[in-house]
Amino acid sequence: MIADFDYQFFIEVLVGGLLSGVMYSLVAIGFVLIYKTSGVLNFAQGALLLFAALTFVSLVERGVPFALALVATFAIMVAIGIAIERTVLRPLTNKPPITLFMATLGLSYIIEGAAQLIWGTQVHGLDLGIEDVPLEVGGVLISQFDIFAAVVAAGMVLLLSLFFRYTRIGLSFRAVADDQFAALAVGLRLPLIWATVWAAAGLVALVAGLLWGARLGVQFSLSLVVLKALPVLVLGGFDSILGAIVGGLLIGASEKLAEVYIGDYFGGGIESWFAYVVALAFLLIRPSGLFGQKLVERV
Amino acid sequence: MTAITSNFSAAPVLPKWMASVLLLAFAYGVVPLIGSSYLFEAILLPFLALGLAGVGLNILTGYAGQVSLGSAAFMAAGAFAAYNLNLRVEGLPLIGSIFLAGIVAAAIGIVFGLPSLRLKGFYLAVSTLAAQFFVQWALTKFSWFSNESASGVIDAPRLSIGGLALDGAVGRYLFALTIVSILTFLAYRLVSSQTGRNFIAIRDNETAARIIGIPVLKTKLLAFAISSFIIGVAGVIWAFAYLRTVEPAGFDLDRSFQILFIIIIGGLASIRGAFFGAALIVVFPLGLSRLGGFLLGDVFDSGVLDMSQRIVLGALIILFLILEPDGLVALWDRIRRRLLFAWQST
Repeated sequence: MIADFDYQFFIEVLVGGLLSGVMYSLVAIGFVLIYKTSGVLNFAQGALLLFAALTFVSLVERGVPFALALVATFAIMVAIGIAIERTVLRPLTNKPPITLFMATLGLSYIIEGAAQLIWGTQVHGLDLGIEDVPLEVGGVLISQFDIFAAVVAAGMVLLLSLFFRYTRIGLSFRAVADDQFAALAVGLRLPLIWATVWAAAGLVALVAGLLWGARLGVQFSLSLVVLKALPVLVLGGFDSILGAIVGGLLIGASEKLAEVYIGDYFGGGIESWFAYVVALAFLLIRPSGLFGQKLVERV
Repeated sequence: MTAITSNFSAAPVLPKWMASVLLLAFAYGVVPLIGSSYLFEAILLPFLALGLAGVGLNILTGYAGQVSLGSAAFMAAGAFAAYNLNLRVEGLPLIGSIFLAGIVAAAIGIVFGLPSLRLKGFYLAVSTLAAQFFVQWALTKFSWFSNESASGVIDAPRLSIGGLALDGAVGRYLFALTIVSILTFLAYRLVSSQTGRNFIAIRDNETAARIIGIPVLKTKLLAFAISSFIIGVAGVIWAFAYLRTVEPAGFDLDRSFQILFIIIIGGLASIRGAFFGAALIVVFPLGLSRLGGFLLGDVFDSGVLDMSQRIVLGALIILFLILEPDGLVALWDRIRRRLLFAWQST
């Protein structure tokens, strides 16, 4: 049995899984950004992702040049971030996190509805101009598109980490994340910080939306990728960007391996829940995730 | 957690139970005589099923403070368990299979409630999604659950209790009303009992609850079990009395959110609130489609309707969270007090 084990195939599955895990991480990072600064699990991240991708595709289809469409979509995402801060977050300041979570649930309904009401419900193809020819590395076939996505994700993580560590506004993000009251007391402008962080989450949503959109086509089901990102978050800890990456890799790899090697025993199609089971099993050992701060109690 | 106090202020004029008795008398004595079949099929039956599901979730989320995003899974578990019990167990009366279906849902609830012993808040909320996806997958994947029918569709059995056939719209309404009334009464008794107080204590401060001697782990699992039992029976009503033909896809994540919305809009930690919320959730799409058709005519097709429903529903959630965090129940009580005050001062 062991002798028959096809290592090359195993590695191919593993690498494919790791790379698709990067795609999950991309979505998860958007959640982490908001959770870090406002302690909110932003369920609307998937809706933002859908909105960004749909807006971009529709602009391009109407003849707007690629770069201009990118800038315009980003501007719209910033505007949405500011609007959310004004209308939803500000009136709910200092409310329990679970109330804010439910508000983002409502928000996701509004954004999904609006996106499709404005741009229609048909499926759009999205071509980012990256050829998806498998690359052969040491006898293992790897999708070129996946590598591109991984590079983009790595770049974004690097950028965000530098931003959080070395800029003044990054520092104030961390201050707000630590203690909202204290941050207000020393004169940090909470509205500005929240608007910025939601805009940043909008940017992450745009990038993730484009990559996922190129993969799946831009359509409603794009907003369901949040459901893929949630176990990643649980595994990595809600407030750690590093956790989102590692969690994504772990989930992606174990999901693919499970689907290929043990999926048949369950009759297939186990990817809808397998990630959750992995995350849960892990949580029973470490209740605040891999890299999460040990303060889940406060919730 | 949310600081919601139970409403202890008694109604000033009538004893508290009088209102319920009058309402029940009206529901049993008057509604069946004057209601049209549209009223039963499109409004009252989904209202009763969703209201009961809301009661179940409110016990878990509103009282015990454990947020669950997997309610639809327990509805599905109840519906499919009742179907299979009814089909496979000879001589089991309908009521028996409904009760046992509730027990099955409760058992599944305990299993998926186990993470609550170590997880809190969002981590727990996300882990309840596991129930949502796993149950839906199992019901679709293994056709044994649906007696080998295509894509897991099940047809409800004939409804009859003690030889009394209840297949018409009115019969199914009375069937649902009876079950819902009994369970709601029991839930009401539960939340004002010691167990209910324990739930609230755990919600408000778990450490304090543990210190005053409440068995936290046991109580949490009990909350999961009772909540899942009620939601499971609500699922049976949904499948047997309301839709008559259901498939696992009908119990998707959107349904779970719908039930969560019901208790947010109606009022967390309020048994009445679940029904207020359910009434709004059931009537509002019907109203919106009428209104949209009336104002916009042909432009308002089903796609537009669907999207605008989502938008308005989302906006309603946010509005309630900001303006009336205690839900429709608080709004209702305030209006009633004002009216009473105005009436007494004249």
